Amino acid sequence: MAKEIYSTYPMVKYLRKEALPTALCPGCGGGTVLNAFANAVDQLKIDPKDLVVVSGIGCSAWIASPYFLADTLHTTHGRAIAFATGVKVGLPDKKVVVISGDGDLASIGGNHLIHAARRNIDITVILVNNFIYGMTGGQVAPTTPFGAITTTTPYRNIEHPLNVSETVAAAGASYVARWTTAHVYQLIESIKKALTVKGFSLVEVISQCPVQFGRRNRMKEPAEMLRWFLKNSVPISKARKMSPEELEGKFVIGEFVSRERPEFTEELNKLIDEVQEQFGLKEV
Amino acid sequence: MIIRGDEPEQIRLLRKLYKPGNYFMQGNEAVAYGALFAGCRFYAGYPITPSSEIAETMARELPKLGGYYLQMEDEIGSIAAMIGASWTGLKVMTATSGPGFSLMQENLGYAAMTETPLVLVDVQRSGPSTGQATKGAQGDFFQARWGTHGDHPIVALSPTSGQDAFWETIRAFNIAERLRTPVVVLFDGILAHTRELVKIPDVSEVEITYRKLPRNEEEAKLPFGDPHGDGVPPMPLFGHGYFTHVTGSTHKENGLRDVYTPEVHDRLVRRLHRKIEKNRHVYEKYEEHFTDDAEILVVSWGVTARPALGAVLKAREEGIKAGLFVPKTVHLFPGERMRKLGKKVRAILVPEMNLGQMILEVQRYVNDDVLLKGVNKIGGVPLTVEEILREIRGVA
Repeated sequence: MAKEIYSTYPMVKYLRKEALPTALCPGCGGGTVLNAFANAVDQLKIDPKDLVVVSGIGCSAWIASPYFLADTLHTTHGRAIAFATGVKVGLPDKKVVVISGDGDLASIGGNHLIHAARRNIDITVILVNNFIYGMTGGQVAPTTPFGAITTTTPYRNIEHPLNVSETVAAAGASYVARWTTAHVYQLIESIKKALTVKGFSLVEVISQCPVQFGRRNRMKEPAEMLRWFLKNSVPISKARKMSPEELEGKFVIGEFVSRERPEFTEELNKLIDEVQEQFGLKEV
Repeated sequence: MIIRGDEPEQIRLLRKLYKPGNYFMQGNEAVAYGALFAGCRFYAGYPITPSSEIAETMARELPKLGGYYLQMEDEIGSIAAMIGASWTGLKVMTATSGPGFSLMQENLGYAAMTETPLVLVDVQRSGPSTGQATKGAQGDFFQARWGTHGDHPIVALSPTSGQDAFWETIRAFNIAERLRTPVVVLFDGILAHTRELVKIPDVSEVEITYRKLPRNEEEAKLPFGDPHGDGVPPMPLFGHGYFTHVTGSTHKENGLRDVYTPEVHDRLVRRLHRKIEKNRHVYEKYEEHFTDDAEILVVSWGVTARPALGAVLKAREEGIKAGLFVPKTVHLFPGERMRKLGKKVRAILVPEMNLGQMILEVQRYVNDDVLLKGVNKIGGVPLTVEEILREIRGVA
């Protein structure tokens, strides 16, 4: 059955057909992210044999795992980046990609996110931010907008969301960009850049969860959420001239940083070379 | 750099760096050198007393051997990075103590479920909670066995000296590789910081085991199958184009998740247990002293096995027929041997630095008509020969 349904989709060659169809709800932004990632891999002509995809727990952890046909490591909640760190050290020549959600990577896994950025280890993180814990039933997340209704903020959310991209940029990542699922072409370009840049890269994707978030916040149709993204998106160049009050409720999109910094696994191997040299251990 | 396939170079480096001979060193250092000889080339850890010298030794020595030392942001990240590195083929280790061991439990279960070889050294300290952070204890006996949730098998070893720690760490790696499983080393803060003589052997005296790799495409497609009937699947490492899928969720033999079919879960978890239970010959190990004619049996482990031996020797001098049984592999517990020994004696004493943990395992295998008594001491100070001898005399 799966074969018939997906036979016209050009990116199906990158997917584990036996695992299809995906577990994502109708209208979920996850499919857009998977499509953008597959297109980025395709356009860069990356051999999936040179990819290791790591994910954590939650709906967004399912975007690429098990569906993307590569080595896939589906880990415990919040720890994907730490697992990926070990993979990258063992396989420094492979591209190691983490695709997971805001709750997974920015809440329970926030420590690993910050420190991987600080180390600037060459891992690409696609953080899918749908403002909510979707899989567990729509509870408030550290990314939920102020005032939003969730199953654990039934009156209103009294906390302010974490600015994930700004945080990771401040922590030292080589590359940080944010787009929404309504900006697919820009998203593909940023994923391509993230996969190419040396060092830690983060692409934050604002994504719709009509079932757990939109439904309770007057946007039960996926298209309504996409229109909300488009209406409130502000390019970063413009945002830099705006006050915090003006930016309240806006989605700042674009590239936050793109810079060269020493990369962790290169530094680690350089250190090994130096030490072996220092102790006269190199074979003559 | 993976040691497998790189043996001549690794042997050259080990010989050049570590001359065989007697060294005066801490137990923690002995653990680290054992790991280096076993082929460990990846260490991820987080500082915690009384384990930190293991990390410090690894940080100093690993780069010389082309290995990787990572200091992670916490213990959870440490074991996570180890698991990731293990799937690339590296032999991996971390060392921690009680609180850190508690933080690692979730991913220890992940390693058991995904059959990821790793070695986790728990340098036990006095708990619960922060307890007496610098003092040794033996309070993690069951944390090693049942600390992570759900039915799972585990192998845990417990060395009794610095020299023993060197060899037992090597054995831990060999078991982890042979059975594709996490192995815990239950060390303690007293032996960890005791400086004593440790003989470093020539590398040729050290036997090394490697995990099974798939021999063909068919085997590679079943990372969680049982093609050889020993319960141990070959491990299709990342980066070889196998497209391996690894998940902590219940999975089929091909690695893909299936959490809805009861038979799939039953088959997987029962095989994990069978793998450890049926391969006892790979890891079961114990020491016996004077058990042939013993009427009073002392059963002890780790650091306490030493004063226990002293007490048994003194008791013998006094004409008391005492014997000593020391499980070196504490999980899975050597129950059958315990049962046999328990039938021959009239009293069993179990000295340990806790309020009675291993004694519960002993109890499972001995009849009610045998007098069974714990000799328990907490507070961070080890049991003495005299304290154990007094108890032996008391039941003689």
